[in-house]
Amino acid sequence: MSDHESDHEHHHANSRPLSEVELRVKALEQVLTEKGLVDPSAVDAIIETYEEKVGPRNGSRVVARAWRDPEYKKRLLEDGTSAIAELGYSGIQGEDMVVIENTADVHNLLVCTLCSCYPWPTLGLPPVWYKSAPYRSRAVSEPRKVLEEFGVSLPSNTEIRVWDSTAELRYMVLPERPSGTEDMGEEALAGLVTRDSMIGVERLKPIVKGAS
Amino acid sequence: MNGVHDFGGMHGYGEINPEQNEPVFHDEWEKRVLGLFVPIMAASGMCVDEFRAQIELMGASNYLETTYYEHWLHAFEKLLLMSGLVTAEELKSGRASAIDPTINPSVTASDIPVITATGSSARRDSDVAPKFRKNDLVLVKNEHPRHHTRCPRYVRDKIGQIDRDHGVFVFPDTAAHGNGEKPQHCYSVKFSARELWGDSASEGDSIYVDLWDDHLILG
Repeated sequence: MSDHESDHEHHHANSRPLSEVELRVKALEQVLTEKGLVDPSAVDAIIETYEEKVGPRNGSRVVARAWRDPEYKKRLLEDGTSAIAELGYSGIQGEDMVVIENTADVHNLLVCTLCSCYPWPTLGLPPVWYKSAPYRSRAVSEPRKVLEEFGVSLPSNTEIRVWDSTAELRYMVLPERPSGTEDMGEEALAGLVTRDSMIGVERLKPIVKGAS
Repeated sequence: MNGVHDFGGMHGYGEINPEQNEPVFHDEWEKRVLGLFVPIMAASGMCVDEFRAQIELMGASNYLETTYYEHWLHAFEKLLLMSGLVTAEELKSGRASAIDPTINPSVTASDIPVITATGSSARRDSDVAPKFRKNDLVLVKNEHPRHHTRCPRYVRDKIGQIDRDHGVFVFPDTAAHGNGEKPQHCYSVKFSARELWGDSASEGDSIYVDLWDDHLILG
């Protein structure tokens, strides 16, 4: 056990010495603030946006709407940006969205091999594994092995489509609606949709009535 | 550039190991770096392609040994030094050596909701004609530029098929070096897994890569 203060405390409240990277970040922000180039409260507002307001819950609402409303689904697959904006989601790293549909025969998987492009407005900030060398190197060359590591085993006749986000288009997978959800409303459906299913490293499981 | 960042198809990086219940950030400094992106890009007038180019120039071992937000931090420092807004001495000391009282932040907290919800699209309203149409077979040029490119190595000299035309977008390969936006059509190009990876790849699987007119010739 450590008697250091929690990592959630700000630096100035920490008793441990700052690391080299912490010192660099602190110096950078301080210089920019002193020079009048950066408003620290703007930095705070951005952090709050991506910690509390923007996340995969947004994408799950898009998916649930598409499952319930065939007209919406049609618009979503034709013009992802506009259809997603109908639900109020838009902006940085999702200015131009493309939504691709999983079916019984086709499974889609997203990656960015060159950096870590990811659809922020609908999925939030990317997880570390998505940004990692193992995922970025292997998703394009051995997607079936990658999927197996995520617990997804696909038959050989399922067509896998890997989408490498090399431009400013941001992709999102529309997962297949699980069976057993026919009577569910939009909010309940949204609760079933996971971040990983919208990246394509998870297939949503059928809902068995009576099971918890 | 044929840099270490161009990971597609590389071996030896191991298993993926997703973290369960991963937090949005792992440390306070990561939050500050994320939050500084918009204000720094606004203050420096730099574009995202220039930002990515700086990350790719950080050196292979440095790139591999540092994290995503450390890559960002590196690019911020480089872009700010290049733009002349800060000096190396200031970044080292953490103190401004000269303060111009007439300078005010171009982005304030009240701007953030609109900025984050709007972003900055790289789509351009231009009537430049597409060089290719849906279903055209295309060959990716076998070029190995030393500058920034969004054409990954694993598709060069390979044949694909135009799946869809996304419209006209900024061309990062020039925009990253101050050589203009050169707006042109950007396409989703479909490659069969076997074209890219040989017979051991599953028949029927495919990889879709976004490429621009200047990366392609008719196949």
